[in-house]
Amino acid sequence: MNFSLTYLELAVVALALGLLLLELWTPTALKPKLGYVAAAGLALILGWSFADTIPSESATAFSQMYVRDGLALFFKRFFLMAAILVLIMSVEFSDRIRMGVGEFYVLILFALTGMMFASSANDLIMVFVSLELITISFYVLVSFQRSRMGSLEAGVKYLIMGALSSAFLIFGIALVFGSAGTTNFDGLLQVTKGAADDKVLWLGLLLVLAGLGFKIAAFPFQMWAPDVYQGAPTPVTAFLAVGSKAAGIVLLLRVFLGAVPPVTGQWTKLLMVMAAITILYGNLCAIPQRNLKRLLGYSSIANAGYLLLGLSVLNASGCSAMLYYLAGYLFTLAAAFTVICLVARESDDISSLAGLSQRSPLLAACLTLAMVSLGGIPPLAGFFGKFLLLKSIIEQGPVNPGYYCLAGTALFGVVVSLYYYFGVIRAIYLSKEAPDLTPITVSVPARLSLGVCVIGMFYLGLFPQTALLVAQEAVSALKF
Amino acid sequence: MSPLPYIFCLPLLAALLIVVIPRNYKFVIRGISLLATFGSLVAAITMFCQFNGAPIMEGGFRFVQKISWVESLGINYYVGVDGINLGLILMGAAVAFAAVAVSNRIQTSEKEFYILLMVMIGGILGAFASLDLFCFYFFHELALVPTFIMIGVWGRGENKNFATFQITLYLSIGALLVLIGLIALWLSLPEGQRTFDIVALTEYFKDPAHRMGSGAQHLIFPLLLFGFGILVSLWPFHSWAPLGYGSAPTATAMLHAGVLKKFGLYGLIRIALPFMPDEVKSWMHILAYLCLGNILFCGLVAIRQRDLNLLIGNSSVAHMGFAFLGIASVSLIGITGTIMIMVAHGFLAALTFALSGYLYEQTGTLDMEKMGGLLRRLPFIGTVMIMAMLAGCGLPGFANFPGEAMVLFGSWNQFSLITVLAVWGALVIGGVYMLRAIRTIWHGDKAQPEYADAAGLWRKFPYALLLAGLLVFGCFPRLLTDPIKSSAEPLVRMAAGEGAKAVLIAPSDDVTTIRAATHLSK
Repeated sequence: MNFSLTYLELAVVALALGLLLLELWTPTALKPKLGYVAAAGLALILGWSFADTIPSESATAFSQMYVRDGLALFFKRFFLMAAILVLIMSVEFSDRIRMGVGEFYVLILFALTGMMFASSANDLIMVFVSLELITISFYVLVSFQRSRMGSLEAGVKYLIMGALSSAFLIFGIALVFGSAGTTNFDGLLQVTKGAADDKVLWLGLLLVLAGLGFKIAAFPFQMWAPDVYQGAPTPVTAFLAVGSKAAGIVLLLRVFLGAVPPVTGQWTKLLMVMAAITILYGNLCAIPQRNLKRLLGYSSIANAGYLLLGLSVLNASGCSAMLYYLAGYLFTLAAAFTVICLVARESDDISSLAGLSQRSPLLAACLTLAMVSLGGIPPLAGFFGKFLLLKSIIEQGPVNPGYYCLAGTALFGVVVSLYYYFGVIRAIYLSKEAPDLTPITVSVPARLSLGVCVIGMFYLGLFPQTALLVAQEAVSALKF
Repeated sequence: MSPLPYIFCLPLLAALLIVVIPRNYKFVIRGISLLATFGSLVAAITMFCQFNGAPIMEGGFRFVQKISWVESLGINYYVGVDGINLGLILMGAAVAFAAVAVSNRIQTSEKEFYILLMVMIGGILGAFASLDLFCFYFFHELALVPTFIMIGVWGRGENKNFATFQITLYLSIGALLVLIGLIALWLSLPEGQRTFDIVALTEYFKDPAHRMGSGAQHLIFPLLLFGFGILVSLWPFHSWAPLGYGSAPTATAMLHAGVLKKFGLYGLIRIALPFMPDEVKSWMHILAYLCLGNILFCGLVAIRQRDLNLLIGNSSVAHMGFAFLGIASVSLIGITGTIMIMVAHGFLAALTFALSGYLYEQTGTLDMEKMGGLLRRLPFIGTVMIMAMLAGCGLPGFANFPGEAMVLFGSWNQFSLITVLAVWGALVIGGVYMLRAIRTIWHGDKAQPEYADAAGLWRKFPYALLLAGLLVFGCFPRLLTDPIKSSAEPLVRMAAGEGAKAVLIAPSDDVTTIRAATHLSK
């Protein structure tokens, strides 16, 4: 047993429990402010995570179920950052939650714990447990606005689809265990190195891929994403889009590149097709959308496709590009959802953005930057991320010409996406009739979090050097 | 201290500064934009004057500056000037200043407009100064995106939305093709020698032992040719241009048609031709036929136009045909002519769009049938526009003439039939639509209400500046051709490969040929 390795997770759990207790003695009027306490606590934990250096050798705990290496640390910091931004967003959102604001924050922290454990998973059982922790917290979070039909509908849909994906996952794990005799990643690596074409093992891994595909909303497991994104409370949508997706990605990396690379090596075509269709589906379906959150739901499907590009090349440069892309995606989406949270109070329709440039130039500028970055335009983070992903797949072109087709598909997707991202920008600056021109006041913490997002987008776009090195170091833990 | 970084950093800094200024201070915002572009114009003129005296650094470039940016990928901030981009940068800075000066008609969301305009200007000038492939693309994309937004937001006409959509789609596809091509170019180098550094790449490919494999050339050259081609409105990928320029706000049309569009030609000359000589041979005759499409087809389309902006837009596409013809000839004199045309057409397109913007503001229409007899009301604007249109038909004394003449000299050897048709297109078709436009707009006895002519030195200055550019380089083309020739020669030598002797026309001769061409202009 090596409990001390999990100190970051333990700190988050302690924070969550402390918050539950604190809530008992907090007067109702002050309860929304508990979100700031949680965010401050997470900021301290994030700072703490920088206190010790990245371990060069990976250390394991709980009989090798839990691993602590550079990749895990990268994702832990990523999730902590995401949770801080989401908590600040939640405080802005708290007036729309009838009751149980305190529990709302605590559930976010529990989901965060699940994500942090997921980033350290070194065993299929660990994968399942951490994913369940994430998903069950999200079932409650998605349907938290109990008086709103939309939120309840989204909750039910997420519950059914999430349960289905968990069933796939656990069935897949059972088949893998039945075939390989182990669920540990190190053990699986030994087994697959010997015999990589066991059909039962393949079926099991295929089901695991399906289960994780649900989490990142990749085709053909993307059906739930637009509905749930639209119905869920905005901060939850943001956390689903950033946190839950990144958790799916880190598990894909752990399982398919860490545990069974010999099998994945034979699946490149599958991954390529998945990536291509996901990109096309997300981008083409986003075109007619008029609901902002639904639009971002489809855009998140498209982004899952871009992330899969990095996975499909099965090498270090693809994976570090994925990590880099995710980092840019975090700041971009956090900025977009914070603005939506503040602006779209009655409806999430694009038309609610009309006149935003007069109501709050700051929010208008932030949302514009976020859309520009999502569209992959310099000098923002999205551009460099897409550049790295494209570079990594074109690099593989000589090995398999299919990668050129994949690059073409990705580019087509980028061009299509410009259309609907610019549609949002147009609604901000161009709408003729703006029904409501009351200025929007933005609280100081929200300003701070928007500031962090904007700086993050520009920093990753203009000075990629440091972040790229960090991503490369993190990926080196996978040992290609 | 090198003046080069000021040229493109001043506008970018101005954009940052405008972000923090409250939107009510319209005067301050416009003042900062004017000052920044004036500063970059002064820096560009200083650089042009100091060019001959400046020390020559690596690869024949001057005013070089290099700072490491992303070390692990070998990406640098790397800028420098040689004869090829010298004139382009000067022209870009002049057009930028003129574009800001005529933007006083923008009345809605000025703050955003000037931010985007400054970013666009900084991006264009930065792209021409870049000596690093990544920087080169980065700056271009920085300039391209504001174009779309500006057309969508501040554009005019009922076709605005469609035009925005079309131009965004076309140019994004072009830019992304270029991006793939550039990444593939980078990857075609053996590991360890991969670099984005254009100077180092040129040195590398100069060595015949390092010639790129034919498989890689097959893939990369068409990507770059059509990617850059779409950006320059190569026929048949030109349909975004007339409509887009017709709907764009004046400043955007001036900057895009005048400066940003030349990026594609510049990229072809600087990167595609010298690095992939084998493919040049197989593609250049195709390019020559396509450019006939520009010259003849778009010229004929221009004749049919009733809207002045569509006419100018089509004629600008037609002019690009000459630039492509010069590139297709892969001869020193032809490519020198192309660069000359790029500079000349930059001044010309910016001038005509500025004037048509002024006309639209005064008369409220660009329908030529409704105009007529305007010369009496607008003598200054009318005179400048007539001069500009005649420059567009290739009248000697304006910079277009030496450029087009050199291109035709260059292409005669290889494509004599195409040259004949191109001359016909330039002289007859170009003459027809330009003279008809002059007649319908400016002459005739149609009664017109009182319109305000550009009054005062300040209002006239931007037009005079651009016209001066046309006249100076038209009367003294050697100011440009001398530096271009020495810088273009190694590139042409690389592009022409073994056949270099045939197309170079022995070094001593080509000077006299250029002189012959320039004599005609005097």
